[in-house]
Amino acid sequence: MGLTSDVNRRDVIKRAGALGLVAVPGMTALSGCASGGGDDNKDKVDKGEKTKDNPLGVNEKAGLEVVIFNGGFGDQYALDAEKVYSDSYGKVTHSKTQKIRTKMQPRMVKGNPPDVINNSGAENMDIASLIDDKQVSDLETLLDSPSLFDPSKKVRDLMMPGTVEKGTFGDDKMYQLNYAYTVYGTWFSQKALDGLEVEYPKTWDEMLAVCAKAKKSGMAGWTYAGKHPYYFAFTIYPFIGKIGGQDVLKAIDNLEPNAWKQDAVKKAFEAYYELRAKDYILKGTPGIDHIQSQTQWTKGNALFIPNGSWVENEAKSTTPKDFGMTVMPPTGLDKSDAMPFETLWAEASEPFFVPAKAKNVEGGMEFLRVMMGKEATQNFTKQVSSLTCVKGAADGLQLSPGLASAKKALDAAGDNIVSPRLPDWYLTLHKEKVGGAIAAMMAGDIKPDEAMKRAQQAADEVAKDDSVKKYKR
Amino acid sequence: MANDVRAVDTEPTGPAPRKDARRASFGDYLLFAATLVLPPRFTPERVRYDRRYRTLDKYRFICWFLLAPVVLYAVLVISPFFQAFYYSLTDWSGFSSEFSFVGLDNYERMLDDSDFWASVKNSLLLLIVAPLATLGLGLFFAFMLQAGGRHRKSEAISGVRGAKFYKVVYFFPQVLSVAIIGVVWGAMYDPITGPINEVLRTAGLESWTQNWLANPDIAMLCVLFVLCWMFIGFYVVLFSAAMGSVPKDIYEAALLDGASRPTTFFRVTLPLIWDTVHTGWIYMGIQALDAFAIVHIMTINAGGPGNSTLVTPVYLYKKAFDSGQAGYATAVGVVLLIITMIFAAVMMLFNRRERIEY
Repeated sequence: MGLTSDVNRRDVIKRAGALGLVAVPGMTALSGCASGGGDDNKDKVDKGEKTKDNPLGVNEKAGLEVVIFNGGFGDQYALDAEKVYSDSYGKVTHSKTQKIRTKMQPRMVKGNPPDVINNSGAENMDIASLIDDKQVSDLETLLDSPSLFDPSKKVRDLMMPGTVEKGTFGDDKMYQLNYAYTVYGTWFSQKALDGLEVEYPKTWDEMLAVCAKAKKSGMAGWTYAGKHPYYFAFTIYPFIGKIGGQDVLKAIDNLEPNAWKQDAVKKAFEAYYELRAKDYILKGTPGIDHIQSQTQWTKGNALFIPNGSWVENEAKSTTPKDFGMTVMPPTGLDKSDAMPFETLWAEASEPFFVPAKAKNVEGGMEFLRVMMGKEATQNFTKQVSSLTCVKGAADGLQLSPGLASAKKALDAAGDNIVSPRLPDWYLTLHKEKVGGAIAAMMAGDIKPDEAMKRAQQAADEVAKDDSVKKYKR
Repeated sequence: MANDVRAVDTEPTGPAPRKDARRASFGDYLLFAATLVLPPRFTPERVRYDRRYRTLDKYRFICWFLLAPVVLYAVLVISPFFQAFYYSLTDWSGFSSEFSFVGLDNYERMLDDSDFWASVKNSLLLLIVAPLATLGLGLFFAFMLQAGGRHRKSEAISGVRGAKFYKVVYFFPQVLSVAIIGVVWGAMYDPITGPINEVLRTAGLESWTQNWLANPDIAMLCVLFVLCWMFIGFYVVLFSAAMGSVPKDIYEAALLDGASRPTTFFRVTLPLIWDTVHTGWIYMGIQALDAFAIVHIMTINAGGPGNSTLVTPVYLYKKAFDSGQAGYATAVGVVLLIITMIFAAVMMLFNRRERIEY
């Protein structure tokens, strides 16, 4: 430690500091700001000629770059669609990633994004902010072009209910195409229900009776992804809609004052709280994640689980062969419900968009048009067992049990579909605040009244917050 | 360093001035400046025999050696700091290169942001409790490894049996990546399949089983425990090394005077290694202020249930990337920087005391 030369350590540090201070002003000239970058359109490719086979006017010589989220759906379906595209329009550059945000955000900021982004996964980019920043191209020309699924119709006319609405943010243009179609509801094993010799409960009294019977046979009534409590929304939101009608959910989406204190919300929360009060929930559920909850459910430790139609694929490895995975619309409250039992929450999911600053915007849209053709949609459904946003695309296909039941429930629902917008408009409010309040209630930490109060308080805070863009429906 | 008594400046006494001291002319300064950038062998005679040459030589040496690292440091570390200050005054979304200047709006907003205050409260709690617990236990274990064993012949002090082995074991968590620690402890705390509840059930303590991370009352304790667990090994090794360098004869003298082990620890060991403890304290404090990875990976909804484990870096991350409010998040980051600096300054003040030489 004995530094006694004439250049001692303290001096060195002092002088280094001084030098650093001198160097700083010099640096400002050099520093490339994190937000710097071009915003001009000099890189756009020329448009091609519009013909009957090429209604969007794609430049056949320009390449296309597609980035796919490599999640539960993989990327094979996209590779297949790219092959179809490249047969008519030339080379496609394909890449896949699990970290859309990390990989794509810098390119969006710099102004050289790819032509199609599959903006999905836990690490996706906030689409509302992107649209706000005019970074996303609207898809109206795509919607008005002839469909490849049924050439006599426009793409727009073959969209499943809610798909166009889900892609709009603020104005009436669609910016985001949600390719897959997800059915949410109460999932169960038909075999387990048969074992208890009961039918799927249609009213809440029946639900409690079924749970009581299950409990007697040593099975919990419900389990859920306690670590991700917003899973509960998949049955609670449509339940609220069922009790009070579409307007109740509309008021919630529009952040109206006292929307969470409406009678329908109170009834729904109290009904679900009874599951906790009567101890029908699998012990330990509040602390487990979605995989764990699904595993407990496929093992037969719990009867019902709120989930979406991806669960069949996700829980494949733990599902017994004779499980009979089935989805039904959320159980209603009683005869006074405003909407029929068949009402359920279904929506388009798995978002794709074409960046406004992409080099080949027309090519990006054409690629999405190819994806919505007969070949691509059926390929997708077969490969990843999920429905698509194209009407009638899965008709006549051989479907797995869970998916078949989802399609059946969807067909039975007809127009009685609710699609709450809270998750895409105010993600934090939905996921953390309301999800957190429901989680605390289902864990038994608070009573329904308090949960409603917390949800309302959080909604009011968002309504007051100028930094959050507001939407109305 | 400020009290390093040996680090006394010994100003070099240059060769005796050949000529009478005269006022330096403009030409002299120019010559000196030129010397600074010239290789030593080209030093002009006039300068070489000047009495101020030694000082110049020293500076020339330092400047040239530090140039590259300082430039790198300035570009990669210091300039982003200044950029961050600037971005914290804008409404940048993080998604485009366009934003507008909003002055102190972001900071004003922070005042009414209940989530932000909840996160600050949790971070400060960690800042105080985590170093206390970790350093306390680290010191205890290190002392046991160093001086906790029975007395042996011809040795004043000795560690417990297998001290070397324990040292390695304590260090294990340090080898694991933080992400792995988060995932593994998340699984440990799992209420249904997690080993902790399993052990409790097997031991017949069914009533002690908990929904660990799902219980807002104990979730923070669970995080704190993991933080201590992952850092303790590092401090055991650090303190063991510091204790090892304390001369044995001091212990012998203390023993001859009839000092018990606690007395030895508080009167001899602790004062002698205080510098190391102090450094460790600052380091652990900064680790505790961060705690990002563990909270983000392990806890419910990253910071839940409710806001019970939300720490400021996690809140910053959520604002920046989940809500697309990079400007506001940067402002949160600036506040976090200020808190860290205040902490470091307070710790520096604590250490203004005489240093013991041995």
